[in-house]
Amino acid sequence: MRITTTVNGQQRVVDDVWEGESLLYVLRERMGLPGSKNACEQGECGSCTVYLDGVTACACLVAGGQAEGREVVTVEALADADGLHPVQEAFLECGAVQCGFCTPGLLVQTHDLLARTGRPSDPEIREALAGNLCRCTGYEKILDAVRLASERMASR
Amino acid sequence: MDFLQPSTMAEALAAKAEHPGAVPIAGGTDVMVEMNFDKHRPPALLDVTRVSELTEWGMDDGRVRLGAGVSYTRIIDELGDRLPGLAMASRTVGSPQIRNRGTVGGNLGAASPAGDAHPALLAADAEIELQSTAGTRVVKAHEFYLGVKRNAARRDELITAIVLTPPSGPQQFCKIGTRNAMVISVAAFGLALHPDRRVVRTGIGSVAPTPRRAYAAEEFLAAELESAGLWESRAELPTALAREFGEKVKAAGAPIDDVRGTAAYRLHSLAVMARRAVTWAWTDYRTARGT
Ligand SMILES: Cc1cc2nc3c(=O)[nH]c(=O)nc-3n(C[C@H](O)[C@H](O)[C@H](O)COP(=O)(O)OP(=O)(O)OC[C@H]3O[C@@H](n4cnc5c(N)ncnc54)[C@H](O)[C@@H]3O)c2cc1C
Ligand code: FES
Ligand code: FES
Repeated sequence: MRITTTVNGQQRVVDDVWEGESLLYVLRERMGLPGSKNACEQGECGSCTVYLDGVTACACLVAGGQAEGREVVTVEALADADGLHPVQEAFLECGAVQCGFCTPGLLVQTHDLLARTGRPSDPEIREALAGNLCRCTGYEKILDAVRLASERMASR
Repeated sequence: MDFLQPSTMAEALAAKAEHPGAVPIAGGTDVMVEMNFDKHRPPALLDVTRVSELTEWGMDDGRVRLGAGVSYTRIIDELGDRLPGLAMASRTVGSPQIRNRGTVGGNLGAASPAGDAHPALLAADAEIELQSTAGTRVVKAHEFYLGVKRNAARRDELITAIVLTPPSGPQQFCKIGTRNAMVISVAAFGLALHPDRRVVRTGIGSVAPTPRRAYAAEEFLAAELESAGLWESRAELPTALAREFGEKVKAAGAPIDDVRGTAAYRLHSLAVMARRAVTWAWTDYRTARGT
């Protein structure tokens, strides 16, 4: 089937999408947007987190057809012409990235947290990121990065 | 495979009547796991996310009509005061991303004994609205769960709404799992005190082939509260009474051993949760919070 959807501000049309295919597959394999990662395909790891109509979701659990006419924003759109987003900079500076597989999902979920909650408490950060697994960092550096990004964004 | 995408209720019901084998998909948090792992390839998916009657909630004659497709996140954000037990249960589901997409209609469709909405719906005396091209019918929550992952909806019907009366007393929800986030419950317990009718309602999860009420425990507690005049006096709840209530709730379970826990552990934790929940709920009642 054909899907028409807005991805990162641009209208995209893709054909021959299988009806049972996930939005994650559509993004990665049909639209050439491999930023969102596929690590479990069962909603457990959060590596595939994207915005769907402004709300974060696991792209692996959205049927491609459900994105018809909707707006999708992926990790690819966090940086702009001026460079990386403060959340991305903070992850780099704090050493919150090792193999990097979990990073795109954590960036999108953190972006959403900081957009909704200016200066989240530690329990709020842990709750917001509870659906994003990382096998490398042990999470401490990730928490550091979220705190740093929130400080910087709040002081702007 | 077909992908059916109705935008009105009439279209959705017509599609379901014409394709009874079509699998409805709301948040997709159960359906897509099955698709991704190729466990099940249905003849069609029926996307119900564009039907506004399903994705809205509203008040109808003093009761909440919760569209089957309202997400857990919206229940938590918008209905915490009107549906406290269901909101408590919703907060424990999966992760933020799962709660953003997952729905009570999907939980009912899946009808897993471990679904977290069920104990809260049972305790609140919720009613499930089912619609087809032949009409609308309403099934009480305690008559909805027919067997492991089987529910009362016919193949030509959609689950359209859940109808709940805002509480006249406190509600509680407890769940045991291996960690705080992202867990399927090992055992779960929902409780509602209904002082207006002087009844007690419960729901137990993951401890029987279906979610169910602990009838004998409900009757026992209501009778004890009545005979001791506790509904009026709002005196302290005797600890022995709370403990006995826990034991009676436990007696309603018939769990199995599996990878998540043994039957014995499930029953033990159920008794502990029921005792604690009734103690918390009674404290709420005494301080008239939640009334
Ligand atoms: C990582 C992860 C964690 C999870 N954690 C929990 C948890 O903690 N607690 C819990 O209870 N569940 C949990 N789940 C399971 C799932 O999220 C819930 O069951 C959720 O309520 C399903 O809702 P949905 O809208 O996504 O359903 P879907 O996947 O869209 O549908 C589920 C079932 O309901 C049917 N259905 C959906 N809508 C309708 C309708 N309107 N009419 C008729 N049938 C319908 C579908 O055909 C399907 O059979 C988890 C799932 C994942 C992937
Ligand atoms: S790939 Fe989607 S949650 Fe893991
Ligand atoms: S950096 Fe490797 S999984 Fe997180």
